[in-house]
Amino acid sequence: MRKIFDFHGGIHPPENKHQSTQGGIESIALPKELIIPLNQHVGAAADPVVETGQHVLKGQLIAEAHGFVSANIHAPTSGHIRAIELRTANHASGMAVLSIVLEPDGEDRWIELESCDQPETLDAQAIIAKVRAAGLAGMGGAGFPTSVKLGGKDIQTLILNAAECEPYITADDILLRHYAAEVLAGAQLLARVFPRLESILIGIEDNKPEAIASLEHALAAQPNTGNTLAIEIVVVPTKYPSGGEKQLIQLLTGKEVPSGKIPAAIGIVMQNVATARAAWRAVRYGEPLISRITTVVGKALKKQGNIEVLIGTPIAHVLSERGFRETESERVVVGGPMMGWAIEDTLAPVVKATNCLLLPSKEELPAAPPEQACIRCGLCAEACPAELLPQQLYWYARAEDQEKLRAYNIFDCIECGACSYVCPSSIPLVQYYRAAKGTIRQAEKDKRKSDQARLRFEARQERIAKAEAEKEAKRLERKKAAEEAKRKLAEKQAAEKSASAYSATESAKDSTKDSAKKDAGEPDMKAIKSEMVKEALAAAAAKKSAQQDDSSEAEKELKRLQRGLSSAESRLERARATLLKNQEEGADATRLDTLAARVKEAEQKVNDARKKLEAAQ
Amino acid sequence: MSLMRPSSPHTHSASSISSTSSVMRTVVLATLPGLIALTHFFGVGSILNLLLAIIFCLGFETLALKLRKKPVLFYLGDYSALVTAILLALAVPPYAPWWLIATGSFFAIVVAKHLYGGLGFNPFNPAMVGYVVLLISFPVEMTQWRIPAIEGLGYLPLLDSLNAIFAGAHLDGFTSATPLDAIKHNQGLTVEDLYATHSAFQSAKIAGTGWEWVNIGFLVGGLYLLYQKVFTWHAPVGMLAALFILPVFFYDGGSSASAGSPFFHLFSGATMLGAFFIITDPVTSATSTLGRLIYGAAIGALVFIIRVWGNYPDAVAFAVLLMNFAAPFIDYYTVPRTYGHERAQSALRKEDEH
Ligand code: SF4
Ligand code: SF4
Repeated sequence: MRKIFDFHGGIHPPENKHQSTQGGIESIALPKELIIPLNQHVGAAADPVVETGQHVLKGQLIAEAHGFVSANIHAPTSGHIRAIELRTANHASGMAVLSIVLEPDGEDRWIELESCDQPETLDAQAIIAKVRAAGLAGMGGAGFPTSVKLGGKDIQTLILNAAECEPYITADDILLRHYAAEVLAGAQLLARVFPRLESILIGIEDNKPEAIASLEHALAAQPNTGNTLAIEIVVVPTKYPSGGEKQLIQLLTGKEVPSGKIPAAIGIVMQNVATARAAWRAVRYGEPLISRITTVVGKALKKQGNIEVLIGTPIAHVLSERGFRETESERVVVGGPMMGWAIEDTLAPVVKATNCLLLPSKEELPAAPPEQACIRCGLCAEACPAELLPQQLYWYARAEDQEKLRAYNIFDCIECGACSYVCPSSIPLVQYYRAAKGTIRQAEKDKRKSDQARLRFEARQERIAKAEAEKEAKRLERKKAAEEAKRKLAEKQAAEKSASAYSATESAKDSTKDSAKKDAGEPDMKAIKSEMVKEALAAAAAKKSAQQDDSSEAEKELKRLQRGLSSAESRLERARATLLKNQEEGADATRLDTLAARVKEAEQKVNDARKKLEAAQ
Repeated sequence: MSLMRPSSPHTHSASSISSTSSVMRTVVLATLPGLIALTHFFGVGSILNLLLAIIFCLGFETLALKLRKKPVLFYLGDYSALVTAILLALAVPPYAPWWLIATGSFFAIVVAKHLYGGLGFNPFNPAMVGYVVLLISFPVEMTQWRIPAIEGLGYLPLLDSLNAIFAGAHLDGFTSATPLDAIKHNQGLTVEDLYATHSAFQSAKIAGTGWEWVNIGFLVGGLYLLYQKVFTWHAPVGMLAALFILPVFFYDGGSSASAGSPFFHLFSGATMLGAFFIITDPVTSATSTLGRLIYGAAIGALVFIIRVWGNYPDAVAFAVLLMNFAAPFIDYYTVPRTYGHERAQSALRKEDEH
């Protein structure tokens, strides 16, 4: 038996799991349209590869991963692309994101899939490629692109997360009851990606006996090929948030992920069980990730249970299929009661990470009572799995003391909500922390920006000063050269004059020739001449080089102006884009005005730059 | 602030201590055994104290909230003023004149609490501030404890009680030295002899007539609060441990110079009331569990020191206020080690010392 460690704090909220585990995995009718956001995962949004009006088959690639941390997106069913436009996102902010709108044709016709009969023959690169092609992103709620997590070289432990500690959610529970074998196959598959892997663990809370039995059964039935690692099922006590990545790692290994690091830093990778199964289906059958099991639960519904939902199904459609009674509902929550977020627009779609839709009635999860004063009872600190002092964080969040917030490690808060749950004064602590984190991040960004701007400014000043100095030096040089030449010329003339005078008096004074005078006063004409030639040559050279300098200066100037023009142009483009985006998002009038003014300004700058360039040419 | 979107978590604990009001109500309930013991031995004086304190404290609370333009009913609903009233009433000698209670209530509620910003912002325990102000200003009234009823005297008739409270009638002849005084002013008797002869120990086993039962009453209430998880064991255990261990060194075999036995100190004066009802006041104590252990132990030590070498009869209030001062410092140095960090760090660390 593996030793099970404990994590600090934690809470035992009512589980409320039975409501959704009565049925199996149900399905619902196709919606009229599917809204498939291009950014359902952590990372860059995918680039659409289809056009409006195009017909696509089920499973066809409709948007391609953009960059390394991104994920492919596939058509959840066959139909026509109706639009690629901004739609409400499944996000706490309720903002709009670019989405592909697909109108199903009702035939649900698959594209031809590339299956693989012997996945055990594939090498790591091939497995990762297939997982990436299938557009897998963490299905436990975080939505991190799966293939990125498979890149770690020094991984010793692969953990499958089946803890599912949030109340109400049973998506993984049900998945394990039905597809334990596929989950295990997926685990073995993912394990092969890591050359130094030593153990595969599945962490599951002890409140899911059926799922555990199903896993054990599947494990016993798994063909033992000898060269695969054994999978260990680790049952952990039920305590929220045991399914938090850091907490499950602590429970199973006793290790802690260092602050600010990812589990790979201590040789651990964690995947959700649903992701493992999806990986298996992706590699074995070539199936992309186009649907998922979502728990749809709450007393405001006529029927509660788990549904296999197509990605992109509007939440409103799921709700109407389940007899949602709007008048009874308190709020629409995506995710569980502890960490989920309330959405306002139910047209937002189900995405790859949506594991639960919670529709509590007003009595079921009543609105929070008004916030009272913090009495510093410390219940929050006792409940905090990160061993923070939430009451101090709250105090400093209210005082907006960013330094103290950091000293009390606010960024180690996993926003699990355990503190708010126990707080007798019903203070929405997590809300304060989120806001404080946002402010700190923003402040950091601003600081970085202003630092950069300052550096840029200083560098520019320096450049200008240097250019000035160079110019001045050249000017002086030229002046000196010219003066020198003038002087030489004058000297030459003087010499010539004196030479002629000399020859004139020579004959007259021949007899009285003073040898001393001759020695001292007579210039050596030969020497003077050669000197003069040299001077002339030097002056010419100086003039030439000066000219050359001038021409390269002009070239540089030209280039500079060109650069100025192109940057002004791109600035204009950006300004236009922001304006457009804000118009689409329906920003308020003053903001639009300032943006429009900015566009005008940028236009002016482009014109100026163009004129200057023309003048220079 | 704009309308807040309901944020996670969307659910809240439903246990018996899930709201500040219910915490306070539980505390009120838990004082009952102690109050019953007090009443049994000293008569209705404590109950009369209590009624007066409740009237004055809630009155001042209402007034302060009104002046601060806060919703009165909402804040009265946190029951914190009620708790302050009860603690003050239990600490003041029974049959105290009404103006004593009024003054104490004023300092507790208006000065110690609302002038500092209200519940949660007060650095000092309000009830103890009220108590100490009274003790310093009116030492005579504050040290007159009635002779426990067990010593042959019956209870004070109600009329006399009211007279004492409202008309200032003197209770001479009805008051006596408390056991703590007896030990302190003991001259020449061994502890054993003192117990045998002094009236304060008549038919008492450990810590003086009546007092030991009062302390047992508060201990029972305190254990109930622990069971209800209203607070953790750290502060009370810290205090009681210190108050048990220190006398071991100064018991002196029970000689005439003895400072009293460990059990004497645990069960006399306001020890148990302090350990479970006063130092556990979360607002004014240290925050982390380790911090609370230290905080409690320091209070226990101070109580002992003041009892034995100080000039005041009991020391809980002074010790608590002194440590209220120190609580923020304890907090700074007892920040727990956060998950994923090598070791705990003081919250005073500078940004660049990562
Ligand atoms: S649980 Fe609430 S009232 Fe208690 S210390 Fe924490 S924030 Fe304050
Ligand atoms: S939300 Fe943050 S502070 Fe609160 S219990 Fe969870 S980790 Fe601790």
